[in-house]
Amino acid sequence: MLNIENIHLTFDPGTPIEKHALNGVSLNLERGDYVTVIGGNGAGKSTLLNITAGTLFPDKGAVSVDGVNITHMPEYKRAQYLGRVFQDPRRGTATDMSIEENLALAYRRGKTRGLRWHINNKERKFYKERLATLDLGLENRLSDKVGLLSGGQRQALSLLMATLKEPKVLLLDEHTAALDPKTAKKVLELTNKIVNKYNLTTMMVTHNMRDALKNGNRLMMMYEGNIILDVKGEEKANLTVQDLLKMFETASGEEMTSDRMLLT
Amino acid sequence: MLIIQGAVSLGLIFSLMAIGVFLSFRILKMPDLSVEGSVILGAGMAARLVSGGVNPFLATAFAMVVGCFAGLVSGVLHTKLKIPGILAGILTMVASYSVVIRIMGASNVPLLPHGPQRVVSVFTFLTDAGLSRANAIILLSLVIVIVAGALLYCFMGTEFGSAIRATGNNQQMVRAQGINTDVMIIACLMLSNGLVALAGALWAQQQGFASVDMGIGTIVVGLASVIIAEVLFRPRMFWTSLIAIVIGSIIYRLIIALALSVDFMRPTDLRLITAVIVTIALCMPLIREKCSKIFAKKGES
Repeated sequence: MLNIENIHLTFDPGTPIEKHALNGVSLNLERGDYVTVIGGNGAGKSTLLNITAGTLFPDKGAVSVDGVNITHMPEYKRAQYLGRVFQDPRRGTATDMSIEENLALAYRRGKTRGLRWHINNKERKFYKERLATLDLGLENRLSDKVGLLSGGQRQALSLLMATLKEPKVLLLDEHTAALDPKTAKKVLELTNKIVNKYNLTTMMVTHNMRDALKNGNRLMMMYEGNIILDVKGEEKANLTVQDLLKMFETASGEEMTSDRMLLT
Repeated sequence: MLIIQGAVSLGLIFSLMAIGVFLSFRILKMPDLSVEGSVILGAGMAARLVSGGVNPFLATAFAMVVGCFAGLVSGVLHTKLKIPGILAGILTMVASYSVVIRIMGASNVPLLPHGPQRVVSVFTFLTDAGLSRANAIILLSLVIVIVAGALLYCFMGTEFGSAIRATGNNQQMVRAQGINTDVMIIACLMLSNGLVALAGALWAQQQGFASVDMGIGTIVVGLASVIIAEVLFRPRMFWTSLIAIVIGSIIYRLIIALALSVDFMRPTDLRLITAVIVTIALCMPLIREKCSKIFAKKGES
């Protein structure tokens, strides 16, 4: 479903701060694959996600979704295939617009925007049903401005918006990192519920090893612009945090001292 | 009475401009200075065409098109050539001065007909019907404001309009929903500058001439009306904002008229007064906060 081939990207080439963000990364996600991507700061996991989303473009290599080459397709055009949830809850929604207006924008992802009214009653009913599945009481607040919602509510709404029109690939960019632990857990549960219900092909970038182990059917670890570990199925299900740390040391030849990866 | 009449007619005409400024400043959240150019482009185009014998309504429509074009230029400079919004507007504004002199053929065009005909403007058909000139201006401007406001409200409620509003909120999210933000920015600037040029065209026909320097300060005048509207009425919905801006524009004209009626004030002090009004309106929230604190303290002791 998502095919990434030999992606290279160097930031600030030819300058003293030159950085090889990705060194020939390849990856193939089957339909329904739910991969979690972990790695320390600067490992290249967010860069990989941004190249898939179209906010960054690779120096070399190709990205395709369901057989369509999207390597150089502008962000807004490839959005028809992709659902995205950002780390910052504020980035996924339009603050000054109501919940239903945000949903109506998301429901038309990939369609040209014409001169029809931006929402109709039939949709409203559908939005209510889908909001009710979040279990946050948002189904009764359709005309409330999104700016009035808490971070967790906004992130749940972003998740709903990303999946309202079923995407071919769902991209989650550390989408629970900015939330408090309890809310993060809730949003992650919602994510799993939605991903499983629609059997969505999903890439979730995370800093949290436990989350990476607990969710999805496949796990990838990145280090200095390379994928150093890729496990799936049963092998992944039996992994522990200790295993991950050991594998990281063998693969990178370094001891895992890094920062946030160890946390929680 | 005369003061009020004058304030209402000018306020109505300039409310179109204020709505244009509202679209770029508040909806798109981009400080677009090209409106300073659009107002004279609209005025100059209308003056030139009307004095050349063209039907005044057609001339006014043409003026709007020229305004839209100025918005298009700013929009392309900003989105395609990646020039910061404020600079893109300034470039368009500066260029407009030359363009408008080309259009008018001089820096000042009176709305006098060639030959022995009488002066014609969009207001003529109403004065012919027996209305006084002042009432004709108020009536026609009111009708135009209502029609333009209604059309704008409907447009902003469409899928396209909704995408424009979202673009002003969060471009990242809008792109992730498959919308080309460049198109939305350009469309909004065209709409905004078209409205400003319409105001310019009506203004020229109201005062009977167009000159290249009449646009100076447009942005501040427009902003003054928007801010007065926001401070006084705190509108929450799009349509309440539109109504508040029209009233704000009239109030602004009243304040100006009253200030100028003070003896030692001269008409040329207009822009100074405007700047003072905008400054006061802008710091109203701060003043309110301070006041409420002082009152709260008095309550405690």
